[in-house]
Amino acid sequence: MDCKVVLVQNNPALGHLHHNLEQHVATVKAAIDAGADLVVFPELSLTGYFLKDQTYELGLEPDAPILAPLLQLSKRISICFGMVERSREKRLYNSHVFLEQGRVLSVHRKVHLVTYGMFDESRDFAAGERFDCVDSRLGRFGFLICEDMWHLGGTYLHFLNDVDALIVPSASPGRGADAGGQGLANVRIWQTLLGAVSLFTQTFVLYANRVGWEDGISFSGQTCAYDPFGRRVGLLEGFDPGELALTLRSAELQRARAVTPLRRDEKPWVLLGQLERITGLNARRSTDPT
Amino acid sequence: MTSANPLDIQPDLVVDLLVRFLREEVGQSGFQRSVLGLSGGLDSAVAAALCARAFGPSNVLAVTMPYRTSNPDSAGHARLVAERLGLELRTVDISAMADGYLNQERVELPLRRGNVMARCRMIVLYDLSVEWRGLVVGTSNKTEILLGYTTQWGDGAHAVNPLGDLYKHQVYQVARYLELPREVIDKAPSADLFAGQTDEAELGFTYATADAILYHLIDERFCEDELVALGHPRELIRKIVDRVVRYQFKRLPPLIAKLSLRTVNRDFRYLRDWEHSR
Repeated sequence: MDCKVVLVQNNPALGHLHHNLEQHVATVKAAIDAGADLVVFPELSLTGYFLKDQTYELGLEPDAPILAPLLQLSKRISICFGMVERSREKRLYNSHVFLEQGRVLSVHRKVHLVTYGMFDESRDFAAGERFDCVDSRLGRFGFLICEDMWHLGGTYLHFLNDVDALIVPSASPGRGADAGGQGLANVRIWQTLLGAVSLFTQTFVLYANRVGWEDGISFSGQTCAYDPFGRRVGLLEGFDPGELALTLRSAELQRARAVTPLRRDEKPWVLLGQLERITGLNARRSTDPT
Repeated sequence: MTSANPLDIQPDLVVDLLVRFLREEVGQSGFQRSVLGLSGGLDSAVAAALCARAFGPSNVLAVTMPYRTSNPDSAGHARLVAERLGLELRTVDISAMADGYLNQERVELPLRRGNVMARCRMIVLYDLSVEWRGLVVGTSNKTEILLGYTTQWGDGAHAVNPLGDLYKHQVYQVARYLELPREVIDKAPSADLFAGQTDEAELGFTYATADAILYHLIDERFCEDELVALGHPRELIRKIVDRVVRYQFKRLPPLIAKLSLRTVNRDFRYLRDWEHSR
């Protein structure tokens, strides 16, 4: 799994596919020049976030001809980027695409769409149904798009799948400037979450969050990485676009898992047995006549 | 780190974000300059200081718009702020344009007269925005907006507003952080629409009280009984809640009767920043 990664903190122009694609290509080329093996963009990096009715207009299949420049570049570097995916059935998904060796290696469709407070994703997107891991030339990866990480299920499945690194693309709006803490409240919470997940799963956790503003809502950046010991090993401070370069070493995974062999000692069958009972009970409850 | 007042903010962080907000949102509209009314009061002084940081002082036009009954201190304080920030200050006396209508229609009611003055100022700012090639920046804070203590299409009219999510207490914090003149920070807030007017006398409660109630009501979603338990009089809570509900119309665009399959702002949904995707 030894590889050099570039995490991108970009500021896409809302709905401006051509402009954003050009920016992606330039960033990927720079990452190639810097000798990176993998470049990771934030959630919906190709389109911007609060798309509303633009969602429908921007949907593409991951192998759409317009994306050919990225596909071509993926012969030289592995690329993960966010887009509105239009499926064969014409459903729209908030997806993260993994390009490698000139082909679409995987597409993760966001499972936990955010539909509360300022968010309205379920109105425009269909929800993904799977947390599959991806076997890349660089190692085994699991994707959790933003809110996917707030639910334990996806993290747990990736943990059981023995992934080397979790890729967490995000478009997290900045909020909470109260004096009770340092920095934005959402950033503090994200950092706690990322550190805890890397500790629980003993994987690298790679968080790429965007910056910029859309109609008065900022995105909080603070792109960062955690090692398999739960330690932060890189951070882009402030709210400017930028790139965070780091090297992931297999030896770190080995060391962390030797110290505390969490996955070796995990007992998923205990969970499975209880899960069937709990969810079965809930299912019956929800269908009980009242 | 603990904080005495739950409304306390980190002013350095807030200023950083608001400067970025102004630069990016005004920039995305194709402008690099801004226009704003400088009343001599706290809110417009803070907005002006943020604009000066965002665009550079030479790209901000501050306009003071006295009416013949305005307190002369207001214009003096506006001058003080403009000098401190290095802004061009233009004075446009609105007496003639306001009186043209007020005298013709014999308008006596202070509320009506005040609204006419606020709307005259809006006309001036929007006109100068064309000459100056800058966007009109608003100066209404969250407390005023929630209380409906603004004139619709008057001071409530602007393109972007950096202060709209800050309670009055938080605007004071930012003002102190930005080291604005003490005269402006220490004086009693006033719309200066008639002699001797102060916001707190007109509203019937202090900003500190309104802030505390509104913060718990809106941000923390407290119910009436929980607010009473904090020590606020039930009658006052109801008065404030009533204003929040009654003036919702000022905070939203006009209602449109839905007839077609896609109606503007209902199921024709695009951000303002949509413009930049062309």
